[in-house]
Amino acid sequence: MEAVIEVKNLDLVYDDFVVMRGLNFNVNKGEIFIIMGGSGCGKTTLLKAMIGLNPPQKGKVLYAGVSFWDGDEQGRQNIMRRFGVLYQGGALWSSLTLGENVALPLQLYSNLSGLQIQDLTLLKLGLVGLGGYADFYPAELSGGMRKRAGLARAIALDPDIIFFDEPSAGLDPLSAKMLDDLILELRDNLGATIVVVTHELASIFTVGDNAILLDADSKAAIAQGSPKYLLANSKDPRVIKFLTRGKSKEPENEKSQ
Amino acid sequence: MSSEKLSFDYSKSKTLQLKLSGDWQLSAGLPSVNEVLAQLDSHADITEISFVASQDFKWDSAFISLLLKLSSISKQKNIRITVQGLPPQVEKLLKLTPAQAEKIIPHKIIEESFLDGIGSRVIEVKVTIFSLLNFLGDIVLAFKRLACGQVFFRKDDFFAIVQRCGIDALGLVSLISILVGIILAFIGAIQLKLFGAQIYIADIVGIAMVRVMGAIMTAILMAGRTGASFAAELGIMQVNEEIDALKTLGVSPVEFLIMPRVLALVMMMPLLTIYADLMGIIGGFVISTGVLGLNPVEYSNHTITAIKLSNLWLGLIHSFVFGIIIAVAGCYRGMQCKRSSVGVGEATTSAVVTAITAIVIATAIITFVCQIIGV
Ligand SMILES: Nc1ncnc2c1ncn2[C@@H]1O[C@H](COP(=O)(O)OP(=O)(O)OP(=O)(O)O)[C@@H](O)[C@H]1O
Ligand SMILES: [Mg+2]
Repeated sequence: MEAVIEVKNLDLVYDDFVVMRGLNFNVNKGEIFIIMGGSGCGKTTLLKAMIGLNPPQKGKVLYAGVSFWDGDEQGRQNIMRRFGVLYQGGALWSSLTLGENVALPLQLYSNLSGLQIQDLTLLKLGLVGLGGYADFYPAELSGGMRKRAGLARAIALDPDIIFFDEPSAGLDPLSAKMLDDLILELRDNLGATIVVVTHELASIFTVGDNAILLDADSKAAIAQGSPKYLLANSKDPRVIKFLTRGKSKEPENEKSQ
Repeated sequence: MSSEKLSFDYSKSKTLQLKLSGDWQLSAGLPSVNEVLAQLDSHADITEISFVASQDFKWDSAFISLLLKLSSISKQKNIRITVQGLPPQVEKLLKLTPAQAEKIIPHKIIEESFLDGIGSRVIEVKVTIFSLLNFLGDIVLAFKRLACGQVFFRKDDFFAIVQRCGIDALGLVSLISILVGIILAFIGAIQLKLFGAQIYIADIVGIAMVRVMGAIMTAILMAGRTGASFAAELGIMQVNEEIDALKTLGVSPVEFLIMPRVLALVMMMPLLTIYADLMGIIGGFVISTGVLGLNPVEYSNHTITAIKLSNLWLGLIHSFVFGIIIAVAGCYRGMQCKRSSVGVGEATTSAVVTAITAIVIATAIITFVCQIIGV
């Protein structure tokens, strides 16, 4: 399979505070890759290193074989142009309406006419269930609506690679399910590669092709592979505990008693 | 460009076949839907639109958007659209997109007529005055509770604010006050030289600085420096819902955030003003003795006898009033901040504008009152 993103020996550090050491994984074309782990273990930090917000202290991130941090600014811009990012807090521009938020990337980087941009903006907002809200400012929306609007902005340019930081946090179970379906559709129909940070077990098992589990105590990735495979085959109690919400497998309980 | 990507085929009767080729992605740009509509207009008997996509046809959601537009228009004209000729994913995405939602209009966009506009401005002024009075009342009550020892705020915060609006401002206040002293000395010299009464520069600089200039210059500096920062701080806290978090914790934002700021600034302003007076007098002294050639001892004596105690008090009253104005304007605008980045900018601007306007008005009133009572 063709690796779209390769992460090699990546160290994540804030000043002298080590978050993660020696991360190694590949994200393949057209797959949905899950970064999972407990709160505060460094998922967002990893995501920020991957999308080029925080330069990593050591290691490489390669996009289609091109190193992100070793290239020049122009090269980084070109790679970043292919990203769509949904931030954990939505990160909508508060002085623009939802419609303007989604239209801005289109105005910058597409060759469409004003009317076409307007139509496409409404289409993207419609996809996330906010079709009627183009004239609202972010402050006038609920938290979950802001999240969905952030998603509409992330997919505005039909990016090749979409990063989601906690897409379903703050959504009701039905909207979360709709979002999972949307993620699958985006992958199937637009051929996007998707990286999702989440700890929603339901999403992890429905959408995840491949996953990495980060652990705050050991400051490393403790498992890699398809979530279903991990659940069925992992021997590591920490992995089982995470994937079963703390209920470890019945047979192990019996053994330990 | 579009003609290469899109061509029309009428070989089947009553059917318009669209031949698509090339790059239809949003980065490359798309033909306008009007090109198809023009074809429909010139062939009125069309009842069906179908598609043929060539090998190199590339598409993304921009194409879906175009298709949706086309289908909504052709529905009105009773023309059927068949998508068999397109990649299978197109059909799936089309199904995924919901019907065009009814547009919801936020309240404030609703247009009002010119007279309505004037009316609502006037009402706004009334509302602002009332809310400002409310705000002042809250602050007074908070100070009353402070006097009774019933308030909750963090001492560390308070001292940090004192530091920021006191000591940290000394450099700027020194620079500006010395320059004002120098300017006063030079301007005085122009006239007084005509009469050979240059020694009275000492009186001019001393009285002007102590009575009002020291206080006003300090106040304008502090309005730009501290008043603006109060508004920005509280505004950001408003945006991040930090103030809501305080309220739900049962902590009054007025006690916790505003009272320490008002208190700190009202305490620091008189001190800064006295310091500014001193610096201004030093500036005048240096110029008068160094450049204009006056006798230092004589100059000092003149300065000391010129400045009456009442001038000093008047300066302090000014600075006290200005302190209240700057702190209240900054905090009030910050608390009123709208929840957006532009809101924070507006709050900061209007804090400074409000403070400086109020400072000038207050100076005029105090000067007028002094004139009447003869101080
Ligand atoms: N700007 C920063 N400076 C210093 N340390 C930081 C910074 N941002 C995060 N950290 C630390 O890095 C660690 C990982 O944070 P991160 O935000 O990546 O967690 P996360 O896995 O995304 O958690 P969550 O699921 O709660 O969002 C935390 O211990 C946090 O304290
Ligand atoms: Mg996070």
